[in-house]
Amino acid sequence: MELNEPRPIRRLSPGATVSPRPPVHEPSANGNGHAPSQSPFVTARRAARATAATLDRMQVEDLSIAYGSKLAVKSVSLPIRQGEVLALIGPSGCGKTTLLRSLNRLTELTQTASLTGRITLDGIDITTLEPTALRRRVTMVFQQPNPFPMSVFDNIAYVLREQAKRRPRRAALRPAVEDALGRAGLLDEVADDLGHPALRLSGGQQQRLCIARALAANPDVLLLDEPCSALDPQSTRVIEELIVKLREEVAVVIVTHNLQQAYRIADHVAFMYLGELVEYASAGALFSNPRQQRTKDYISGAFG
Amino acid sequence: MSSTAITPPQPPAASPERRSAADASASWRLVDRLGLAAAWLLGLLFCAITAAIVIFLAVQGLRYLSPSLIWTNPRVGYTQGATGGFLDPLIGTVLVAAIAIAIAGPVGVGVAVWLSEYGRPVALARVVESTVEMLAGAPSVVLALFGILLFQAPALGFLSEVNAGVVFGKSFFAAGAMLSLVALPLVTASVREGLQAIPNHVREASYAVGKTRIATIRRVLLPAARPSVITGNMLGIGHVIGDTAIIVLLLGDTQVLQGVGHIPFLSTLRGTGSTLTSYIFDNAPTGDLNQPNKAYAAAFVLLLIILALNVVVDVFGRRSGELRWS
Amino acid sequence: MYDATSDTDEDFLDGEGGLSQDRRAELGLGALVCGVVVVLLAMLAFILKEAWPSFAHNGLRWFGPGGNVDDQIQAIFTSGDFDRAPQYLIRAWPLIWSTLLTTAGAVVISFVCSLFVSVFMVEFAPTWLKRVLEPVVRLLASVPSVIYGLIGVLVLVPFIGNHLITQHEKASVTPVIQLSGYSLLAGVVILTVMISPVMIAIFAEGLRSVPRGWLEGSLALGVNSWRTFWKIAVRTARPALIAGTVLATARALGEAVMLSMVSGSVGFAPNPADGLIFFFEPSRGLAATILHNTDELNSPPMKHTLFAIAAVLLFSAALLSLAGWAAKQPMKRYFNVGGAAG
Repeated sequence: MELNEPRPIRRLSPGATVSPRPPVHEPSANGNGHAPSQSPFVTARRAARATAATLDRMQVEDLSIAYGSKLAVKSVSLPIRQGEVLALIGPSGCGKTTLLRSLNRLTELTQTASLTGRITLDGIDITTLEPTALRRRVTMVFQQPNPFPMSVFDNIAYVLREQAKRRPRRAALRPAVEDALGRAGLLDEVADDLGHPALRLSGGQQQRLCIARALAANPDVLLLDEPCSALDPQSTRVIEELIVKLREEVAVVIVTHNLQQAYRIADHVAFMYLGELVEYASAGALFSNPRQQRTKDYISGAFG
Repeated sequence: MSSTAITPPQPPAASPERRSAADASASWRLVDRLGLAAAWLLGLLFCAITAAIVIFLAVQGLRYLSPSLIWTNPRVGYTQGATGGFLDPLIGTVLVAAIAIAIAGPVGVGVAVWLSEYGRPVALARVVESTVEMLAGAPSVVLALFGILLFQAPALGFLSEVNAGVVFGKSFFAAGAMLSLVALPLVTASVREGLQAIPNHVREASYAVGKTRIATIRRVLLPAARPSVITGNMLGIGHVIGDTAIIVLLLGDTQVLQGVGHIPFLSTLRGTGSTLTSYIFDNAPTGDLNQPNKAYAAAFVLLLIILALNVVVDVFGRRSGELRWS
Repeated sequence: MYDATSDTDEDFLDGEGGLSQDRRAELGLGALVCGVVVVLLAMLAFILKEAWPSFAHNGLRWFGPGGNVDDQIQAIFTSGDFDRAPQYLIRAWPLIWSTLLTTAGAVVISFVCSLFVSVFMVEFAPTWLKRVLEPVVRLLASVPSVIYGLIGVLVLVPFIGNHLITQHEKASVTPVIQLSGYSLLAGVVILTVMISPVMIAIFAEGLRSVPRGWLEGSLALGVNSWRTFWKIAVRTARPALIAGTVLATARALGEAVMLSMVSGSVGFAPNPADGLIFFFEPSRGLAATILHNTDELNSPPMKHTLFAIAAVLLFSAALLSLAGWAAKQPMKRYFNVGGAAG
């Protein structure tokens, strides 16, 4: 396809609820483009994915975001579904982080930011919700682990205490805290000392604590902004497995600049470049048979 | 990151159902709304009080300040028009600041260098830190009291006037010396912070070429920490200029500089006088002279001097922030 | 930044005289530091030594109430004449009470106000106002106390004396003291205004150094901006809050000049049982008393008494420092507690 042809922006039919998964293309041995190497882990996951069901949670409709006069995101439309991991990929400055931050209205914290288009959560326009209420349903984990300077227990309890009408007693919070830690895969490591200062955990543990904290709010959507970029490969692997497990409970959107990571864990991939959504497809389709030339170039490493 | 969602931008095409995030505070718990209101209220009250003080002093000061006040000496007189200006107190302020910083500057830098670059034995370093901190918390009346007795000792009689075997003990030397104790903790703290901000690889690079520690300090570290040295000294001078207790008690409280002895400059330093602060103190209704107009004028001049010092500190502070180490 | 052209042989370890210069410098600086310590400790020892006779003659009742402290001071002074037996009797409670009232009152009010003002200044104020307030606070913190005293005595004291205190109130206490506007209220108000900029500056510095990632993380979890700032930033800045409070309290304790100008020069202990009049009663604190009486140092008993007061002030400042250090210790477990600010 030539570069100058108008690129179709795939609008998804509104009101779609449960949709069966599209069939997955396995990357062929002599496929075009440079497919990342397979591992048994990835193959097993792909097989499991083929039959899972998904549920639409959020819709991004024709969204444009500008900082001052500079457009950072141009007319992007995407669905965000529970039951799958959506990866936003693209080179630095393509707008993927800005798009992610608009999903929980964090872009409003920058005074020069302005927004057109619509983002809905379960059909409701998110600008009609209270920002605090929205952010409890759409939580975010950041690139740098940022646990609060308190104990592990208090980090999780912080969220729970803020949501409760009256200050809950410590004993009443304990099951919920342990549940969140369990869902984040951290409980075994900290169960014997929940009073341990959070800042003394290792980087990977801190990030899992942040994920536990984000889960404690019982969100509908979990946003992850390059969560593993500051971590070592071992911690990265642990968190990737965790993300894959979580997608049944929450819709997961992950921004990553690591193509291999997107290949490993994503079900759908959105490739962005200079603020535009270049291509949106299932992971298997995008990596083995990208339709756009720019996508092909990016995946093959022609630019980054 | 800029301030939070109090005044957010409106999206370009606002539809009726959209609420701006400013409404969001309406849904917060009452405690939170009260807290935010208190912050705004007290913040604005603070601005109002500050503006009131500054404007009041400026208005009153300009009303009563005439250039002749700055270069006339205080005189005996019966009306405020006839009692002259505050030239000698102004000179006194400068003199006292000069003596104090001449002592506190080098000593402060020396102590800071030792604490930052040497610091062995550790017990001695702890003792030094604690005593300097004790000095920082000591009220200046206490220092003044001690100074009176110290400088009345016969051995130190040469620093002030001796009359029939009784040492007067009050002179510019005495006041300057005790004021240096006021400035010392400030200089030390600032220089120490400046030295500790220099990353270790700079020191290691210097040692790697074979330089001694003292040469590293003199040629590399102190020049690099110069903004902190200047800031510390300016802060010290600011505190010295503003101090009244030590001046009132140790400077002899004569309105005009009274020299002692015959050597031209030293006689002034051995003699008594006053500074702007003691001038204001004496001219307030609670003081001996009770000339409020003169007090306002002198207060205004003093405030201008302090403002100028602060501006210098700000300028140097900003420059040191721009120093790069990569 | 580094100019090698002025290097001499002595700058290098293997240069001529380099090693000895280094050793001499180390010894010299060490001597300087020891000298400073010796001077300061000698000063402390001297003050305590001179204070001892006053404490020895009065025992713990030095701190207690009993009689008119001004009369006692006068008696002490006049007993310094050679032909009289030295008098040391003093019951300094009115002075201590006055110091406690003004210091505690100013610190408590100032702490609350400064906390909210610094929160406002760091987070919720409009950007232009933030930029204006920062240097303004620093300027206010360096205004000399005598200028605050001047404003107090020329504006606040007449206001209180003429407009706040009724004639009836004045008449009701005439036999005992005179209500003329020089009062506890004036002292506390001006002292609060005086120490607030110091507190605000240190609080603001502490609040600003909270990593923004923590605040953003809290907002992203659905906590509103006020609670986020209060629960995370203020909590994290607790060491700075303590440091600022300690510094401001030390300044308030030792304040002599300003208080002597506005709070009266009578050694009277304000009586809370007097109701509203309590706030209008004049008094004089420990530091102001020293200032008031230094003309009379040639009287030995007077000298010892004044040094005793100075010793009490020094001891309080030291206790304060210790309390501040102790308060910071439990916090070290959860995050880095910086060194004392300011």
